[in-house]
Amino acid sequence: MATAVLESGERETYLNREYGIKSWLLTVDHKRIALLYLMGITFFFFIGGFFALLIRLELLTPAGDLVQADTYNKLFTMHGQVMVFFFLIPAVPAVLGNFLIPIMIGAKDLAFPRINLLSWYLYIIGGMLMVYTILAGGVDTGWTFYTPLSTEFLKTNVTTAALAVFVSGFSSILTGLNFIVTIHRMRAPGMTWNRLPLFVWAHYATSIIQVLGTPVVAIAIVLVALERLFHLGIFNPTLGGDPLLFQHLFWFYSHPAVYIMILPGMGIVSEIVCCFSRKRVFGYKAMALALLGIAVVGFLVWAHHMFVAGISLYAALIFSFLSYFVAVPSAIKVFNWTSTMYKGSITYQTPMLYAFGFVGLFTIGGLTGLFLACLGVDVHVTDTYFVVAHFHYIMVGGMVMAYLGGMHFWWPKISGRLYPEGWGRLAALLVFVGFNLTFFPQFILGYMGMPRRYWDYSHSPEFQILNVLSTAGATILAVGYLLPMIYFLWSMRYGKPAPDNPWNAAGLEWTIPSPPTTFNFEEQPVVTWEAYNYDELDQRREEVPVAH
Amino acid sequence: MHTSPPATVEGEAHENPALLHHFATEEQQKNAASLGMWIFLITEIMFFGGMFCAYLVYRYSYFGDFAAASSSLDLKLGTINTIVLIGSSLTVAMAVRCAQVGKQKAIAVYLLLTIILGVAFLGIKAIEYKQKFDEHHVPGLANFHLEGHVPRHADVPVNQNHAQIYFSLYFAMTGMHALHMIIGIALLGFMIIRARAGAYTTGHVTYVENFGLYWHFVDIIWIYLFPLLYLISRH
Amino acid sequence: MANNVDALYIFLLVVSALMSVLIFTMVIFFAVRYRKKAGVRAEQIDGSHALEITWSLIPFCVFMVFFVWGAAIYFKERRPPQNSAEVYTVAKQWMWKFEHMEGQREINELHVPVGRDVKMIMTSQDVIHSFYVPAFRIKQDVLPGRYTVAWFHPTKAGTYHLFCAEYCGTMHSGMVGSVVVMEPKDYQAWMGGGGNQPLAVTGEKLFAELGCATCHKTDTQGRGPNLVALFNKPVLLEDGRTVVADENYLRESILQPTAKIVNGFKPVMPTFQGQISDEQLNALVAYVKSLGQQSNAPAHNVAAATPQP
Repeated sequence: MATAVLESGERETYLNREYGIKSWLLTVDHKRIALLYLMGITFFFFIGGFFALLIRLELLTPAGDLVQADTYNKLFTMHGQVMVFFFLIPAVPAVLGNFLIPIMIGAKDLAFPRINLLSWYLYIIGGMLMVYTILAGGVDTGWTFYTPLSTEFLKTNVTTAALAVFVSGFSSILTGLNFIVTIHRMRAPGMTWNRLPLFVWAHYATSIIQVLGTPVVAIAIVLVALERLFHLGIFNPTLGGDPLLFQHLFWFYSHPAVYIMILPGMGIVSEIVCCFSRKRVFGYKAMALALLGIAVVGFLVWAHHMFVAGISLYAALIFSFLSYFVAVPSAIKVFNWTSTMYKGSITYQTPMLYAFGFVGLFTIGGLTGLFLACLGVDVHVTDTYFVVAHFHYIMVGGMVMAYLGGMHFWWPKISGRLYPEGWGRLAALLVFVGFNLTFFPQFILGYMGMPRRYWDYSHSPEFQILNVLSTAGATILAVGYLLPMIYFLWSMRYGKPAPDNPWNAAGLEWTIPSPPTTFNFEEQPVVTWEAYNYDELDQRREEVPVAH
Repeated sequence: MHTSPPATVEGEAHENPALLHHFATEEQQKNAASLGMWIFLITEIMFFGGMFCAYLVYRYSYFGDFAAASSSLDLKLGTINTIVLIGSSLTVAMAVRCAQVGKQKAIAVYLLLTIILGVAFLGIKAIEYKQKFDEHHVPGLANFHLEGHVPRHADVPVNQNHAQIYFSLYFAMTGMHALHMIIGIALLGFMIIRARAGAYTTGHVTYVENFGLYWHFVDIIWIYLFPLLYLISRH
Repeated sequence: MANNVDALYIFLLVVSALMSVLIFTMVIFFAVRYRKKAGVRAEQIDGSHALEITWSLIPFCVFMVFFVWGAAIYFKERRPPQNSAEVYTVAKQWMWKFEHMEGQREINELHVPVGRDVKMIMTSQDVIHSFYVPAFRIKQDVLPGRYTVAWFHPTKAGTYHLFCAEYCGTMHSGMVGSVVVMEPKDYQAWMGGGGNQPLAVTGEKLFAELGCATCHKTDTQGRGPNLVALFNKPVLLEDGRTVVADENYLRESILQPTAKIVNGFKPVMPTFQGQISDEQLNALVAYVKSLGQQSNAPAHNVAAATPQP
């Protein structure tokens, strides 16, 4: 194969093709844009994580003795906003999705590379607005912006925070649009829908949600900003408005948003489990349909966040009923991943450890969702730490672990280097232990009655011991997250160079060099094999043993 | 891994400067652009949909006050604007047609007509907004007051709070619509320059076609806004 | 009722634990049993329709049990029994204000007797709050501009935490108090001390002061509808709709009389929005509710709650 070689003798890749800040800031190469996003989301992850650490430190003691009440309220608000809008929603799609989707379908780039770059700029502008909000004194509405508190009663930077979320929402919409068109129109010959990796299916389902849901929260936020700026009464009861209307508009997006956050993670887990079990996935069609099913049904359940908000009894019954529907495809996926391991040939590299963690923790998180969908129980545990524990099990135990698993799995492809496996496994273990210690006690705290968003719980000192356990776990979790930061960076300079396919994994991305060239493929691939053709791959490797 | 004989995309790109490097064929590029625009329009439906939803909820609850507020809008100007906008959809459709059959000079003319009609729409809208300002119908201001009574009850004055909600949504919805028109007009200006440079020759009309879709969409939003806002309970 | 919630919770817990143990065990077992061994290849299995259907339907059936049981509890929670003792609640940043029908006012502490149903009729003066008593397993958001309702039936004397459970600003975590459940004897003693004016009597006085009696007569047909025995009855409106005259209807009628015009009457009632406080509004509502209801007649002495066995 003719590969371009630079003057230095190095093989030309997307990383060394051009140097200089302009070549990065004006790039239209989806792989470079993915790395630009990686820098942004890592930055926001640590900001959000820092806020979380302060929250946990405050909660070590019942009294509010670390920070003031207003400061604490800002901490949990901004932890939520930063993590949801600037980390969880973009992370997998904008980093791994951007990097891998064109390659996985055999294309040279996304359908609209310039819009891809625009998406990044919108994300950065939104991010800068968020940073400005933080530096200008923060905002304390709660990430949910409930009215009339956010429109009439707070003097903090509500409008700039709303604007930050609004702008970053367009980034999300454009990314989703780009992915849908790419997956529909840019698949290489032979790459039929039935041969798509589940990672691609997952992003397709995610993109549908991004495209349909985000505009609604955008308008909800615009109305809140207008209300604040012009003293309007759209959500203000004293002026004839209805605060519940805001909640409906907000949750209509924000519930599907949680599926935006988790579906890409599920796609990653499918890729990893298949690779490290050396098997095609159990029930490919069911897995793909489950992804679509979650996306669609996810739009029908939003008011399960409002069971005690004052909605009608019959509305509550309907939304509870529908919420049980969305649990079924999620359960199917867990069963299918488990079945994929059956009679596999399993190894325990770091990505697989994260995948194991995901399956276990997502199961627990999902099961606790059943508690919340249950009207009688939800009345007791909503707005308590039970909910906090539930969504952190899914977001952190699920999505962040999937994200880390994916980063480790594709790191050799992205950077051309191998990360140190020993450290990888240690970090995975620390994350798993730290995570459970942080969040499991919170289920108990919630059932005991500790409400969310409480700066001070000195009236209930019985909550302390569980809070201390939770904080202890958070410190371990923090170390677990710092380690990959350090060794990924280390590996870029000192890591062993990676071969094209260190995992002998299936998928078009493993047929091109690590790191890839700018246009991915020398010639357009023609696909004649099914997804997850691990029997073929293992057969080939046995016949031609490769010395690693 | 198999390989088939190399079909370098570089070759085709050299022949055809309009084909972007990451597409294999022009048809793929055209289809992608079209699909992209349709999906974008769907996101716009969801965007406006949120506001329509809020409007419909309050209209149901405060029908009388909304009807009174609606009748304070200038029906004549609203109707003229509707005709102007429909006319501009016609001119943009003509521009697309000319591009498709290669009538180069006519493209710029029709695009220019579209701009003129679009600007006319915005001008009339500005007049209406000024009317609202003069009549003290701008919500959130201290001097807001909607005179009159609710339909069928001469003795029930309009609830000022509910009327303000009507006008809040009126300005939000028509303002958002106007913003989309301004963006459209800017794009039209850009397109006229490109048209005169001969960019939209036969076979390279994707940009104009997709813009046409966008412009028709903005028109359709108005077709919904007009009866919902202007025609409540008119006699 | 708290026991019912706990029973359901334990059921959910057991099923979830079983499910988790099942998955965890299988994953760990497979991870060990099918770990890579030299010479042994993975067996490619496409899937199984039968399994997919089975493990979709069975969980769904179990979910439906959760749904029905939970819905049954919720149904009861949303429908306070007739003849509950009523407590009007006004929440504000950052305190709870309670007013008993007998006139006692309390801040942040609510005294109730064992064995009597208590219905909280709640509104907020500012932002959304939430009335949460973990020990009773109840929670209800408290909204500005309307009433929301919660009820409970205390079974054991004691002091129980009351929390605000909807983030409401700076001192959200300080908006706490307690529900003090007393033995009926002790409750009578507590109530007896203090010559409070029953809420409905306060309402009666306001009704006269504000001129309501001018139009709302009880003996003849006035310009306004007769309010006697109106509460919780259906009302025909002039646009053809029929609504039930619940607390929210009464409240709206006072604050926005033209929102729902009763069939056969003219919309001449003036609005009292901005002229009366939430507490005064509560008193008027309590008064109107008491008209024509024997058991809820404004009591001028300690309202003897018929002791429940």
